[in-house]
Formats: sequence, structure tokens, C-alpha cells
Amino acid sequence: MISAYKVNKSFGKLKVLNDVSFTCNSGQCIALIGPNGCGKTTFIKCVLGMVVPDAGTITVMGKDVASGWQYRSEVGYMPQVGRYPENMQIGQVIEMLTDIRQSHKTIDDDLISAFALKALYHKRMRTLSGGTMQKVSAAIAFLFGASVLILDEPTAGLDPVASEILKEKVLAEKERGKLILITSHILSELDELISDIVYMQDGSILLYKTLYALKEETGETKLSRAIAHIMTNKPS
Amino acid sequence: MIKIIKYILLDILRNKMVLGYAVFLFAITFTVFSLEDSTLKGLLSMLNLVLFIVPLVSVIFSTIYVYNSSEFIELLVSQPLKRSRIWLSIFVGLAGALSLAFFAGAGLPMLFYEPSPTGLMLLLMGFLISVIFVAIAMLAAVHTRDKAKGIGFAILLWIYFSLLFDGLVLFLLFQFADYPLEKAMIGISALNPIDLGRILVLLKMDVSALMGYTGAVFKEFYGTDKGLIVSLSVMVLWIALPLLYSLKKFNRKDL
Amino acid sequence: MKTIAILLLCIASISNIAISRTVMVGASHIDKTIRSGIINANTHDTLLVETGIYHEHNLVIDKPIVIIGIDHPIIEGEHKYENVSIKADSVTFSGFSIRNSGISSIVDYAGIKIHNRHHVTIVNNILEDCFFGIYSQYSVNCIIKNNKLTAHQELEQQSGNGIHCWKSDSLQIIGNTITGHRDGIYFEFVTNSIIWRNISFGNIRYGLHFMFSNSDTYAANVFEKNGAGVAVMFSKKVKMYHNYFIENWGDASYGILLKEISDSYIDGNYFVRNTSGIFLEGVSRVEMYNNDFTENGWGLKIQASCMEIVLKYNNFRGNTFDVGTNGSLVLNTFENNYWDKYEGYDLNKDKIGDIPYRPVSMFSMVVEKNPPAMMLFRSLITTLMDRSEKVIPSLTPEQLKDNHPLMKPLRL
Repeated sequence: MISAYKVNKSFGKLKVLNDVSFTCNSGQCIALIGPNGCGKTTFIKCVLGMVVPDAGTITVMGKDVASGWQYRSEVGYMPQVGRYPENMQIGQVIEMLTDIRQSHKTIDDDLISAFALKALYHKRMRTLSGGTMQKVSAAIAFLFGASVLILDEPTAGLDPVASEILKEKVLAEKERGKLILITSHILSELDELISDIVYMQDGSILLYKTLYALKEETGETKLSRAIAHIMTNKPS
Repeated sequence: MIKIIKYILLDILRNKMVLGYAVFLFAITFTVFSLEDSTLKGLLSMLNLVLFIVPLVSVIFSTIYVYNSSEFIELLVSQPLKRSRIWLSIFVGLAGALSLAFFAGAGLPMLFYEPSPTGLMLLLMGFLISVIFVAIAMLAAVHTRDKAKGIGFAILLWIYFSLLFDGLVLFLLFQFADYPLEKAMIGISALNPIDLGRILVLLKMDVSALMGYTGAVFKEFYGTDKGLIVSLSVMVLWIALPLLYSLKKFNRKDL
Repeated sequence: MKTIAILLLCIASISNIAISRTVMVGASHIDKTIRSGIINANTHDTLLVETGIYHEHNLVIDKPIVIIGIDHPIIEGEHKYENVSIKADSVTFSGFSIRNSGISSIVDYAGIKIHNRHHVTIVNNILEDCFFGIYSQYSVNCIIKNNKLTAHQELEQQSGNGIHCWKSDSLQIIGNTITGHRDGIYFEFVTNSIIWRNISFGNIRYGLHFMFSNSDTYAANVFEKNGAGVAVMFSKKVKMYHNYFIENWGDASYGILLKEISDSYIDGNYFVRNTSGIFLEGVSRVEMYNNDFTENGWGLKIQASCMEIVLKYNNFRGNTFDVGTNGSLVLNTFENNYWDKYEGYDLNKDKIGDIPYRPVSMFSMVVEKNPPAMMLFRSLITTLMDRSEKVIPSLTPEQLKDNHPLMKPLRL
């Protein structure tokens, strides 16, 4: 569903993505992990067309990201830090996005009700706490029943209950055969969710394995340990 | 696209600045025409308003708006929308809101007090200059990531068009006083939309003085239908070129 | 005494009637042509000419008679002849339509020409497409009144003047309408004459062209949209009262061009929408009172060669520039005028501004030196220059100022 080929990107002198090539398919739930500044978010933004790569191609569902924009109707995106027009109310933002997307599919408002967002619809975006903002972002990402879900640090800032709700939602969507891409620092919570793991460092993909294979290889049962194992025995 | 324009217009109008601008224009226009005893003086004050205040407000408001709506733009870009449509919608929204404010603020009292050819020409120029400086602001905003720098750049452009350019022209005129510059001046005036607008209004306002030698050259060009069409097209180019260039930049911009 | 005088007058008039006859000219009369009518007429007879078209070639009036056209009979010049030549004194010529005089670059053909005569009266004629219209040379005490002159030539060379007066004295040019000629009214070496209530518009060159003519008055005339306005040159003791100078546009076009004029008066005139209201060059001892300068490019352009000009009680309104000049020497007086650009104040409420007004803007000096700079007119930079110049005059003549400007316009 998503495939990247030799994607390169620099911000000034800083090389952020270095020949990133990567393919994934529906039904996969992929954890994109790596240290801070390794290029995860940039890569995600490239997939979304928010950052334009210097070289290389990315296709989503067979459509080239650079030339098309329609593919984004099949992508749900939850940003690391939700940034919304400050003067708009939650309800207005959701209404506007629904209006713009004109989705023919039914609206998936599971998360809106689970997070009880309707009660907060009249609140302006600038007054929201970080957690509420994340809830809104999550709700919007899942709202249109997109078949590709990209979640950038989804649980950061969420309270345990909300976190749990979101995780369950991710699992449910995974069961429905959607492609889910998650970046996170908190490895422990990924254990139950993911099927595959991508490890990025300094703008390159160092590792792309299924969770099962990774655990086998390292002999660890916990993801965090497995990663720690990898990091200490870095393939040079 | 109409939907996005709608949301942007709503967003701009929710901002009290535009409303304040319209009220300000209305107050000034009203005072100018009701207090000045001669309409010429009133028109002169209006000309200064159109040539200095309108571009200043246009350029600064638009630049700030584009920077302040970076979140909005980001949100829209992650949606299934074409980037150029988003950018053009912002342009249409800004140009629409500002020219609406101009018409409501300055246009209505002017149509009431001074529905002469000069007044109508002033209105047309005010509208065109509003839109031109929205386009220029968008160019300035897309150019730099830093908000302060971008606003500074926009103000610099305004100073250039309303003051420095004319100073430069005056300097050139005296440097090359021995050469026949009348025809060249027509070309040079096209390089500054504010000058172009001013000359078109002057041709209605100071027609007697402009009928002098140099004026006759101007009048021969700008005063004819052909000249008017050419100069209006040049003004449209002043909208199109910065806009298209900024669009090209925006399409490649990382958010 | 009085009764005797009246009696004498009556006798004189009765005797006149007794002597003079009326001769009819027309298709139904013995005299089919005006020429034969004149031959058959005696001195002081009246010729009544019926309507029709008369091909008289060059009609010469050589007797002191009165010739009156009924319903404007046409005297056709066939583009070859001088239609009417008046070669007798005390002729009255009235009510004709004069058409298509000859055009020549050697001979000054005219519709009606007065040859060295006195007491000739030319009234109520319509002249169309004549080379010169009414031509007066070496004439004295003649009246040219209520004639309508129209020509349609495009080029200056193919067109003569409407009313052309040369070396004449004591003329009265009254109530004529002249359009399409080279100069509407032309005066050269004409003295003690009056030009009153004429309308001269749309002429190729000047509405009034006035040279070497002293002690004349022109009053209550309208000069509108003439190619170069009005020129009054090389004359003394000219009085210009209550005339209208309207929309004379062009670089070399002026409401009035005054050149080498002295001891004259310009009072109560209206200058509206001219490129320059008055252009003065080498003018001295001229008093200008109660004139109104409205919406001109330049109200006045005073060259440095002028002296002892007094400008008092004039209105300057809506002019692009009130006064322009080319030098820094000022020998003229500006006093008690109304300037709508005046921004001073009147603390003692005597309706006179407390600080002087400087009618010459810096930008007008700049434009004088560098005409294309007009392009920058009313731009921020030139406004700033004008403002700073008002505070510290550097380029504009320091002495050119109205020390007592009026706060309110005069009712003129």
C-alpha cells in the first residue's frame, strides 16, 4: 500500500532522509521507531505530501504522492502535535473536515463518542490541553474510515484510559485489514499492537522485520528488550 | 475549492482586523468628504489613502494572516486537497475580504459623495492595489519561514513601492535630464503598480496640468482606450506574476 | 434749446427718407443680381435682397448704401473669389449668408473685406467656410456685430482668421461667434477698439490673437478650447475685463499668453481648466484684480522677466499648481488673494491668514526643470519634498509669497 523508493531529503545541510526505501501492505501494523531526529516524522510527512522529497518516489496505493492528492482521502493522519486553526471550535473543525472530505463512506465516530468529545464541541482549539488536542487528532484520523492510518506518537500526552481506548481502536482497525503506521517512543505499549517493526537511525532504515522474527532473532520476549539488544549490537 | 474559500473567508472575517479596517476606511472617507470644502481636496486625501494606507494594510495583514494560519494550512495539506487549490483559496479569501472591506469602507461613501469618473477610477485602483498587495504579501510569506523576517520583508516591499522606487526614478530623471525620457517613463511606470494607479487617477484629476508636453505623451498613451487596457492588463500582471511565483514556491514548500 | 435740437434731428431724418429709395433685388425683380442693384442705387439708398443664391464673383460695394438680406440670401464665392469687398464709407451690410470664399496663399481672400474705409457696419451675417471671415484694413469707426463665422479647415495654412483687423482704429467687435478659423479674432496695429461679448471657440490657433495694438479693451468674451488659447503680445494699455478662458489645453496653450505687455489691467476674468491660466513673459506694470483661477494645470506661470505685476483679490481654487516660475528673482506683488491650498490660520479673526502663503511648490520648480518628472506628481516622495520645502525654502523663490492671504474665497 505504501512504497518508498530511495527517498532523500535534506533541510539545508542536514540530511534527514538518506535513500529510504520501504514497502508495506494492508493488514500490517508497523511501528516506526528510532531515536529523536532520525527522520520518522519527516518520512511520514513525505508520505502525506507535506514535505516534498529531494529525490526518490513514494506511492500510496499505487499512486505517486508527488503528482496526486486524491490518495489522501484514503489516509488518516494523527500528527505528533495537533495544530489547528486557533479560533475554531472542535465541532467546527470536525464539521469543516467532514465537509471538505465529502467521504462517501460512513463516518466512523467511535472515538468521538469514546472520548466524549461531543461535550467539548464548543471549545476553541487554542483553549485545549495537550491531551484533549491529541484526542481530537485521533478522532479525526479515524473519522473517515481511511484504509491507511498514520499515527505519529499517538499516546504521548494521553491519559491511561484514553490511551487504552486508542489502542483498542487501533487493534480493531488492524483486524479490519487496514495498514497502520505508528511512531512511538514508548515501546512497551506497542507490543500488543504491531506486526512489524522499522528501525530508523540518521535518516536510514536500519531494520525492517516482523515482530515475531525480531523476537526470535534476539531471544527476547519484550519489544523494548529486543530493540535494546539490537541497539547494543548494532549491525555496522 | 469554494468550500475552502468559504472557510478561509469565515476565518478572516472572524478576525476583527478586517472589520476594523473597513470601519477605519469608512470613518476617514466620510470625514474627508464631509469636512473638506472642495471635492478636489477630498479626492486628494482619498488618493493618498489608496496609494499608501491600502497597500500597507493589504500587505501586512495578508502576510500576518498567512503566517498565523500555518496550522490551518498544514491541516488542509494533510487532507485530500490539491496544494495549489489551498494556496489559491487563501489568495481569493484574502483578496476578497480586503477588497470587500475597501468597498464597504471607502467605496460606499465615495459613491455617495463623489460618483465622478475620478472617484470611480480611484475605487478601481483601490481594488486593484488591494489585490496586488495581497499577492505580493503571499510571495513574501512563502519566501521565508520566519514570521518576523517575512513581515519585515513585506514592509520593505511596501516602502520600496511607495517611496524608494519614486526616489530612484527622480534620481534617474535628473541624471539623464539631457535625454528624452518621456516615452521611457511610460515603461518605467509599469514597473510599479502604485505609480501606475496614481497616473491613471491623475489623468482624471489633473488633466489640465497633464496636458502639458510630457502630460500629452502620457495622455496619448494612458488616456486612450488602448492605453487604459494596456495599463489595466499590466496591473493584472502585477497580481498574476507574484501569485503564480508564490504558488510555485508553495507547491514545493515543506510544512 | 432741447426742442430745437430734436426738431432739427427730425427734419434731418425726414429729409433723409425723402432723398433715399429702397431698391429690391431678387429673382422676381428688375435687379436680378446684387451687382445690378448697386449700379442702380444712389448714395444712401437701401438695397433689400431677397433670399436665394447669388453668384456675384467679387461683389464690390462702392457706394455708401445700406444692403440688407432678407432670410439670409447666400453670396457664393465658389472657392475662387472674395465674396464682398466694401470700398465705400458708411456702408451697412447686414443679414447675408456668405459662403466658400477663395483660398490663396498670396491674396488674403475674405468673406467680407473693408478696404480703407470708415463707418462701415457689418451685422447679422453668417459666414461659412471662408478663408478669412471679416477683414478690416486701414479702417476707422467700423462696427462688426452679431455675425456668425464657421470654418472647417484642419490645417493652419489653409485657414485664415475669423475677424481680422489690421491697422485700424476705433472698431467695435461685438457679439460675434467664431469657430474653426486659424485665429478667432486677430488684431494687429489696431487702436482704441473694443472687443465685447464675442464667443471664440475651437479655432485652430488662437481664440484671440492680439499684437502691437494699444489702448484696446476686450471684455465679456468667451474663449474656449482654442488650439493655443489667447495671445496678447507687444501692446500697451490693454484692458481685459470679465472674459472667460476655458479648457485651452496643450503644452503651448494658455488661457492668456501675455508677452511684452505693459500698463494693462486684467480684472474679473475666469480661467477654468486651462493648462496654464495666464503665462506672463516680459510683462510689466499690469494689475490683476478679482480674477478666478479654477482647476487649471498652472494658475499663473510668471517668468522671471516680469516686473511690477500686482495680483490682488484673486481666487485660486483647485489648480494643480497655483503659480509656476523659472527664476528666483521676484519683482511682483501678491496680496490678499484666496488660495485653497493655504493651510495657515487666522487667530485674530480678521479673515486674513496670519502667516504668508507660498504659492510656488517645490515640485512645480522640479517639473519646470525636468518635465517628465510630472509622472511622479502626487507621489509620497514629492509630497514629502513639498512639505520640507515649505519649512525651509531652498529651491522656490523666497520672496514669492502672499503675506496676507484670504481665509475665504471672494465672491466673484
